[in-house]
Amino acid sequence: MSEAAAAHGHEHEHHEGGFVSTYLFSMDHKMIGKQFLLLSLFMMIIGGVLALMVRWQLAYPEEPVPGMAWVPEPYLYEGIIPPETYNMLFTMHATIMIFFVVIPILVGAFGNFLIPLMIGTRDMAFPVLNMLSFWIAALAGVIMVSSFFVEGGASAGGWTAYAPLSAAEVYTGVGLGQDLWIISLVVLGISSMMGSINYITTIINMRAPGMTMFRMPLVIWSLFITAILLLLALPELTAAMAMLLFDRRFGTSFFLPETGGEPILWQHLFWFFGHPEVYILILPGMGVASEILAVFSRKPIFGYRAMAMAMIAIAFLGWVVWGHHMFQSGMNPTMGMAFMTTTMVIAVPSAIKTFNWLGTLWGGSITFQTPMLHALAFVSMFVIGGLSGIFMAATPVDIFIHDTYFIVGHIHYVVFGGSVFAIFGAVSYWFPKMYGRMMNETLGKIHFFGTLIFFNITFFPMHIIGVGGHMRRIYNPLQYEFLEPLQHWNEIMTIGAIGLGLFQIVFAVNFFYSMFAGEKAPQNPWNANTLEWEAPTPPPHGNFVEIPTVYRGPYEYSVPGEKEDWLPQAQPGAGVAAAH
Amino acid sequence: MLPWLPENISTYGGDIDYLFKLIFVITTIVFFAVQIALVVFLFKYRAQPGRKATYTHGNNVLEIGWTIAPSIILVFLAVMSRATWDEIRAEIPPVDVTVRVNAKQFNWDIIYPGPDGMFETEDDLTIENELNVPVDKVVKLELTSKDVIHSFFIPVMRFKQDMMPGRQIDGWFKATKTGEFEIPCAELCGFGHSGMLGYLKVHSAQDYAAWVAKRWPQ
Repeated sequence: MSEAAAAHGHEHEHHEGGFVSTYLFSMDHKMIGKQFLLLSLFMMIIGGVLALMVRWQLAYPEEPVPGMAWVPEPYLYEGIIPPETYNMLFTMHATIMIFFVVIPILVGAFGNFLIPLMIGTRDMAFPVLNMLSFWIAALAGVIMVSSFFVEGGASAGGWTAYAPLSAAEVYTGVGLGQDLWIISLVVLGISSMMGSINYITTIINMRAPGMTMFRMPLVIWSLFITAILLLLALPELTAAMAMLLFDRRFGTSFFLPETGGEPILWQHLFWFFGHPEVYILILPGMGVASEILAVFSRKPIFGYRAMAMAMIAIAFLGWVVWGHHMFQSGMNPTMGMAFMTTTMVIAVPSAIKTFNWLGTLWGGSITFQTPMLHALAFVSMFVIGGLSGIFMAATPVDIFIHDTYFIVGHIHYVVFGGSVFAIFGAVSYWFPKMYGRMMNETLGKIHFFGTLIFFNITFFPMHIIGVGGHMRRIYNPLQYEFLEPLQHWNEIMTIGAIGLGLFQIVFAVNFFYSMFAGEKAPQNPWNANTLEWEAPTPPPHGNFVEIPTVYRGPYEYSVPGEKEDWLPQAQPGAGVAAAH
Repeated sequence: MLPWLPENISTYGGDIDYLFKLIFVITTIVFFAVQIALVVFLFKYRAQPGRKATYTHGNNVLEIGWTIAPSIILVFLAVMSRATWDEIRAEIPPVDVTVRVNAKQFNWDIIYPGPDGMFETEDDLTIENELNVPVDKVVKLELTSKDVIHSFFIPVMRFKQDMMPGRQIDGWFKATKTGEFEIPCAELCGFGHSGMLGYLKVHSAQDYAAWVAKRWPQ
């Protein structure tokens, strides 16, 4: 395989392709990674604007959204959001952020960019499949966004699309928009299957000489496990989506009770995908944080094997916890007990990882560049998201906080506090290798501190109003007497969200400015050990001048007796032979 | 966080709140322990000239320790939760009053069986969005839905149960205090989800008898 890959790499190395084959239909994993990154960052703007409109409505119900008076009826009425549109806003915010931002950045962009570089090979196992996976994902994105513009508007049934609400037009007034939502996710599922098969094959078959499984960087472990979860979970979602579409359009009755269907079946099918999905969102972030923490602490990762094993444990346990989303659904209470137990168990590997990250910092020689700040925020915020999950896991407590803002706070601490901080960390850490230039450190720090502060102002109070009983997905909290004392929190959160949005402009400026005018990056700016830093900057098609040989684990920092405080995986010599 | 918890007027609400507080205390301790350790490490182990990082790959004793400790705490919480969950959901105590709630976009149809105690008889009475119950009595709710999924949420009663079209789900509560309280819908059910709101009226024994007498005059 390696010879074939080498030949393939050389074939392309010496003649530059045209614009179309280099920038559009590229089969180079690095370009495909960058395409995923740009597409997802664009989608993040859409998802962010939707979120800001949701926040505006909650803080200042039925007042015109500033700057939105131009949006035509029936979407907005002179800037005022009607309930139908409000339901579309939060449905599409969640759908876009989960399926078109977090997964495509962590898995699509960094999975693509990092896997061949970090395991020491020239490209993915199936470059054509890889190119197709991007363009099919882009097509899914176009279908999803276009659903806003059809009659009846986009899906308004929540990102969980609970049947029968989602299964018949009469309940929401959304027709084609819901069908397009389903079709888009089916198309995206095809893309994701292509990607995951590619990742798994590449990691199993194409590692550089000496790169044993337990010498792989943890981010590769995390992407490997994520790819397996995607491969197994997405087809199941696709099947459920097909059933939903058939119920809507072809008169079947899987989920419609009046003709013999079963609404709760949808929830089982959705969450059987949906819970592994949560780990798909967070595992790569855990991998990214592990890389960055080791490098900027100048220390081996604490308990490497335990870290890999914890992720493997999560990958197995992730399949048997889905029922914890359904404690109040009318599911047999005995099943609630079973799912509570598995859910408590799956918290253990996450705890192990957190303690091991602390162990990595312990005794380190820590520097605080932008990637490190984001990785530290990841750990700190993920702890909050993890701990708040325990409340929902306890079935009796869940009776009260289920479907309140408590769960909204929880998911945002995991997916924004966790995954999105990991994304910012990953972008700033690998940017030099991606674009050959450094990102601006000052702008990076301004963006980091602004994001951290406003993130907490935006999302922490969600726990508080959740404890107060504030339901999620309601259009106007002022309709409820018992929520009145909580309303000032809604205003605070909205101000926080606006601040959070504004600070992302700093990131966008830094990203595009640095891409064209940043300081030229050295080959290995962070003095890191892993193989991607052996490749020239930016790496050419085919990545390596010569395929490196791996002599040791990825985290040999501050080895006693060595002159430098890093010992690259590819540096010959006895060094430290084993990972342990 | 806990001052924000709404008042509790349910017999089992205290057990839910107790568990809530217990988890709150445990997670708060872990939260501060981890965040303080993080900040201390960042300060103490910041890069300083002349000092090299400690070279270690881990410590088995420590790692086994921090695997077992959370496992024990989590198993303990699961056991604690089980008792309360069983109390609320496993079996309904002897019922004093039965009321049927049929949800529809976007109202609660509250159906009272009348003096004969049977549903679908002539003396049934349907009142929209108004659940009248006596205090200190076990009230059984038979929850159904006409169209989509709704969720019957009484914050002060610590009661929440999804209502599935096509099946009946039973729940119960016993109020400890009279008064009028809100019953919002907690599951997205369409454009009118927000504002789908009923009222729970908990009457004293006499008031309840008077209410019954007025509704079903002999």
